[in-house]
Parts: sequence; C-alpha cells; structure tokens
Amino acid sequence: MSTIGAGYDLSASQFSPDGRVFQVEYAQKAVENSGTVIGLRGKDCIVLAVEKLVTSKLYEAGSNRRIFNVDRHIGMAVSGLISDARQIVETARAECANYRSQYGTNIPLKYLNDRVSMFMHAYTLYSAVRPFGCSVILAAYEADGPQMYMIDPSGVSYGYLGCAVGKAKQSAKTEIEKLNLKDMTSDQLVKEAAKIIYQVHDELKDKEFELELSWVGKNTKGVHERVSDAVYQEAERSAKLAMEDDSDSETEDM
Amino acid sequence: MAHHNFDRFAAGPLWHNGPTPGGIYNFPGRQVEDSGRFQERSKQPITTGTSVIAFKYDNGVEKGVAIAADMLGSYGSLARFRDCRRLCKVNNQIIVGAGGDYADFQYVQSMIEQKTIDDECLDDGFSMKPRAIYTWLTNILYNRRSKMDPFWNNFIVAGMQDGEPYLGSIDKLGTAYEDNIIGTGLGMQLGVPLIREAIERKPLMSKAEAQQLLVHTMEVLFYRDARSFPKYQLGFITPDGVTISDPLYLDNQKWGFALYKK
Amino acid sequence: MFRNQYDSDVTVWSPQGRLHQVEYAMEAVKLGSAAVGLKNKTHAVVVALKRASSELSAHQKKIIPIDKHLGMAITGLTADARMLSRYMRTECLNYQYAHDSPLPVCRLIANVGNKMQSSTQRYDRRPYGVGLLVAGYDDQGPHIYQTCPSANFFDCKAMAMGARSQSARTYLEKHLGEFPDCDKDELIRHGLRALSDTLPNEVELTVKNVSIGLVGEKTPFSVLDEQETAVYLTSIEHEERRGGGGSSGSKSSTSQATGEDPQDPEVAVAMETD
Repeated sequence: MSTIGAGYDLSASQFSPDGRVFQVEYAQKAVENSGTVIGLRGKDCIVLAVEKLVTSKLYEAGSNRRIFNVDRHIGMAVSGLISDARQIVETARAECANYRSQYGTNIPLKYLNDRVSMFMHAYTLYSAVRPFGCSVILAAYEADGPQMYMIDPSGVSYGYLGCAVGKAKQSAKTEIEKLNLKDMTSDQLVKEAAKIIYQVHDELKDKEFELELSWVGKNTKGVHERVSDAVYQEAERSAKLAMEDDSDSETEDM
Repeated sequence: MAHHNFDRFAAGPLWHNGPTPGGIYNFPGRQVEDSGRFQERSKQPITTGTSVIAFKYDNGVEKGVAIAADMLGSYGSLARFRDCRRLCKVNNQIIVGAGGDYADFQYVQSMIEQKTIDDECLDDGFSMKPRAIYTWLTNILYNRRSKMDPFWNNFIVAGMQDGEPYLGSIDKLGTAYEDNIIGTGLGMQLGVPLIREAIERKPLMSKAEAQQLLVHTMEVLFYRDARSFPKYQLGFITPDGVTISDPLYLDNQKWGFALYKK
Repeated sequence: MFRNQYDSDVTVWSPQGRLHQVEYAMEAVKLGSAAVGLKNKTHAVVVALKRASSELSAHQKKIIPIDKHLGMAITGLTADARMLSRYMRTECLNYQYAHDSPLPVCRLIANVGNKMQSSTQRYDRRPYGVGLLVAGYDDQGPHIYQTCPSANFFDCKAMAMGARSQSARTYLEKHLGEFPDCDKDELIRHGLRALSDTLPNEVELTVKNVSIGLVGEKTPFSVLDEQETAVYLTSIEHEERRGGGGSSGSKSSTSQATGEDPQDPEVAVAMETD
C-alpha cells in the first residue's frame, strides 16, 4: 500500500507495527485544519480566544460560537469539528449537572477534566466508533486560583499556563511564550489574546474571521462569560492597531 | 464453564465492549414490564413551611408582583427551624415561593436551579418566563401525584411575563390556577380576603403601597396562624428585575387584644 | 469514480483529517432540487422547487411544517428528512407541553445538530443525507437555519441549497442588503427570483413545481396554496431571466436538473471544519 499507514490505519482499535494508532493521529489532523484557539492563564484570570473562520457572508454574525459555557463557572473553547465538539460540550454539561445534584456544589475543574478526558479517550478504543475530531480547552477560576486544561482527540490532557491549538498553533505558542503570563491581569490578557489571534490569522488562505473572547476570573467573580462589548471592542481595536504598527515597521525595514 | 471449552476455537463475538449491535434499534411495541408490587408512599409532610401570599399591583406607573413568606420550618407543631428561606429567585423575572414540605421544596428548587443554569449556559438570550415555570411545575407535580408519590408543596410562581405581571399557583395534586391574588394554606383563608378588600378600596397601587399591604397581611397571618413566625421575607418582581429582601421582623407586636386585630 | 481506502465508513479518518463518508453525504444534498430561504425583520420565507418523478406522478412535497412557529424546506433524501421532521415535531410538542411556550428555534436546531452528529461517529450508522432549510419565528424574530449531513448548522441571513443552488446564493448575496427592509411580498418575490436562477433555460416556475412556506410575526407557519402562489408567480412573470438561467450552476448538478443519468459525485470541497 502506498499510504503512510500501510493498511494499519483504518481502525481506532488497531496498532500499526511500530506501535501507533493512526486513526487517532488522523483525528488530530482534523483539529489542525481548524481555526486557531488559545487560552491564557494569568494572575487571577483566564482568557479564551478563538479565530472563528467565516466561510460565507450569508451567515449571521456571532453564530456557531466556539466558546461554550459548560457550567456557570467553567468555559470550554473548542477547535476542530464543531459538530463533534458540541457532543463533548453536552457531555461536559451533563457531568456538571450530575455532580451538582450529587454533591450540591460546583464541579471541580480537575474532576471535570478527568471525566471529559475519559469520555474522549473511550472513542479511541473501538473500531465501532471514531475518535473525536476536536480538541477542547477547559477553564475555570477556583479557590486556589485559575485553572486550565487542554484535551486532545486521543483523550490525553494536561494543565496549562498558556496553550494554543488549531491551524496556527505553532506561531501562537511562540507568541504566548513571549508573555509573562503569571503576572498578567485580566485586561492585559484580553488584549494580548486578541492580538495573538489577529497576528496568527492567515489573510491569504482564510479571508474572513470573527474573534471570540471570553474570560473567567476574579474580575467575573468566578463566572465564565463572554467579555463585554466594550472590552471586546477595545481589545479588537488595539489588536488591529498592533497589526498596523507591525506592517509599518516591516516596510521600514525593507 | 467447562462445557464451553470446545468453543474455544470458534469465532468470537463481532466486537467487545462497543455498543451492542441490537442496542441501538428501537423496535416498536417492545415494552418493559413494571415490577407491579405495592409500595407505601409518604402520607404526610415532615418539616413544613406555612403560607405564601402574593398579589399583582399596577398603577399605570409602577407594576409588578409582590410576594411574601415567613421563615419558619415547623416540625409538626414544633417551631423547629427559624431560617427557612421559602422564596427563591429563579431568574431576572421570576420568584417561586413554596409552602409545605421543606425537603421537597429544596429538591424541586435544585431542579429549577439546574434549569436556570442550563438557560444561562446556552447564552442564547432566552430565559424561562413565569408561565413556562408554572406549566413545568404543574407537570412535575401532577406527574408525581399520579404516581401516588406527591411533592408535598404549594408553589406560587410570580413574575413578569412579556412585560406584564404574572401570578400562578400549583398544589401537591397538580391543581393549578392563575389569579391576581394568591395565598396558600391559611394565607388563602386569612390573607387573600384582606388583600382583596384593600385592592377593591384602592385598585391602582404603587410598589410602596403594595409593600405596606403585604406587611400588614403578614402581621395578621402571624397573629392568627399558629405555624407562622414573625420573621419573614418580601419579594418583588418588577420590569427592572427581582428583589428578595433580607429577613424582616414584625416589631411592635400587640398581643393585648388580638381579637380586634384585623 | 475516484475512490480511496478511507471512504468506506464514517468511523474512518483519512490521513488529511477528513471524513469521506460525511462528505459524500453532503453530496446527496446537492442532488436534491433547490430550496431558498430568506428573511426580513418580521418574516422568514422558504421557497422550494418540487420535482415529479414522472408525468403521471404528483410533485414530491418539499416543505414540511413542524410547529406553529416553524417549518422547513428539505433537500436530499426525503425519507431521512421525514425521520428528522418527526423528531423535530416531537421536540416542539414536548417543549410546548412542558412549558406552554414554543421551543426557541436555535435550541431546536442545536438538538437536531446533536442528533445528526451521533450518526457520523458510529460504524453501524450513516449520516443523514439531507439538508434542512428551517424558517422559524420566536421571541428574537425570524430565523433561517441551514443544517447539513455533517451535523453542522448555520444561522443564516439567507441561504440556498440543492441542485445548482450556487446561482441562487449569488442572487442572495447580491441583494442581501435589501432583504431586512423589504415587505413580506417582496421577500417572497426575492425568494422566487433566487429560485428561478437555479433553473435550466427550458424550465419555468409554475404553481405545480413551486412551494412557498411563510412564518412571521403573528403569522403561523403555512405553505401557500396554488392560488396564493400564483399571485406571486404572476408578479415576477415578466421580469427578465438573469444570468442565462443556470450557466453558472455546477457541472455535476446540471446533469441532474436536466434529467440525465446521475454521475458519481465528485467531492468539490474539503470538509467544513469551520
């Protein structure tokens, strides 16, 4: 066979001779074709930002959001197949509701992350199903500070200070690494997040995009919510301004 | 298990652990039989709250719904718990008040709370309206009574429905009605006539007047209802939103001549 | 036909991260006759082209009422659409029963999306081979939603799908700015004009092959009868046909509309992961 998997890549329940599960890797590919999603964890706040690609001008603005509330205190940003992602959101919401009815308190993010990871991982074990074509970032502000996890189609998850996923994850990561996240306030985070999304957006390949911004932190009293219109516009304005400055300096260099 | 050994080399099942092949099909007409055994259900409430009263007011300028309930949790005739909040804010346009079994109320409250959270999470601009909660509660309560296992409560749903005051009530049997003035329990016998009389005298009431009337009614109820308590809460739903007061206390109680207190 | 080893099951990812079975199901929608949906500030309209399988048969129903506040045009496999419509009716009815208020359109669509997704992730199922164009009205005004076999759905200002629908979309994009402020009658005429752009030259819109669904403020969803439809058709009768009536349509779907043998679908676009 001519393809890289050489026949061992048709089922999630099959290893290749060199010990890989190709179907999971292919699912990860689906995520890499999607718009960039980043999460920044600052001093007492987490900001999620999404580059939502818009493929037709017949669509209403603000639809098909990629940032979800899974509970009052938990946000989820998704990259990859949105229809797959909505299924994960539903499951996560059910977990939150279930935990609340059992214990009467908000679900701890660490526990939710465990449950959602297990759920996604279960879809990598059987030939009867396929792995999810999406990665999700979970964020919450809890008693011991801001928490953020990212789960990948394989079901693996890690906690992060800053993370990026999607088309331009490499360049987004590079930008995030330049930041001194631990000391940043919510307002700084929002601006940086917007700036990074604008920076990594590839105007030639994908023309239109919408920026999505949400946060959860001390400033929101632990509630995950979309940033207010005023904050959004300010962040977008400064991001665009930064882009112009960049292109100016580039022309000067030439 | 030994007699299965000769099967060892036969093909195994199609797959393990995945979904059962037949499991996804919903064959028509398949029914699961009920166990059909008799079971005894609760026949009385345990810790109870007494009346809730509520009425609509509208004077052309100010309109809304006023609602009140005291804070006693009675254990039979024993005044056992003194801080039972029986008014709960559902969202920015609804208050639900409850009398009857307090544990049942707390359970129903947690269901409503989750519904509110579901609404908020969707963030699609829709939130429940009072009539939706009223109908939903009616269904829940009627369903439970039909299983001979009722939630032992009287609920009052007060809110703003598309800009207009809304008031409805459901009892443990699923009996439901809407009205301009609603009281549950002894509040229906003693409170409602008082309020009705006051509104007949003055049909166009301001919020302040409504509050005064409500306090007065709570006072009378306290004097006459042995399961009531002088500590209570007031709730208001107006086009601007929902407020539930901190606990208030009936001061200057006059027990000298209760007979003349109306 | 082009074929590869990764396109036999919905449970198989291709090395590029695509799901070929889902993409093929998307093609089924392009085989169905066209439907157009659009809205102004108070109403939402769906207009659809009906086909008859022979001279003797009636035209296939294309618009399905779901509830008082919502209905939809379908494109693709009619039987799949009927399963979904039954589900949607049940959802609306249950919500109405439990809450004494109509189910918000966006929530219904999200439920449908989740239902459709589950059949794209299991070996023993196939995706629904149908696209829906839902016209609904709720507290937030009129809506046009499009759903796809990929379980994606879109909140649209206006949309067209089905055979040669690109020409209709071109019309819609060109006139997008006019829709919000035009009246109900003009909105329907816009819909009919967009739909007529999908027709081959020799075919005309008639009361037999056109179906119009309307919903709006104080207007329960209804499918217009032949007389009402005739009024709208007459009012655009003498307008010039634009763009040569479908030379702009895509190749694979042209053959369908003109009645030639169907060809194997060629996947034109990569999956919409966006």
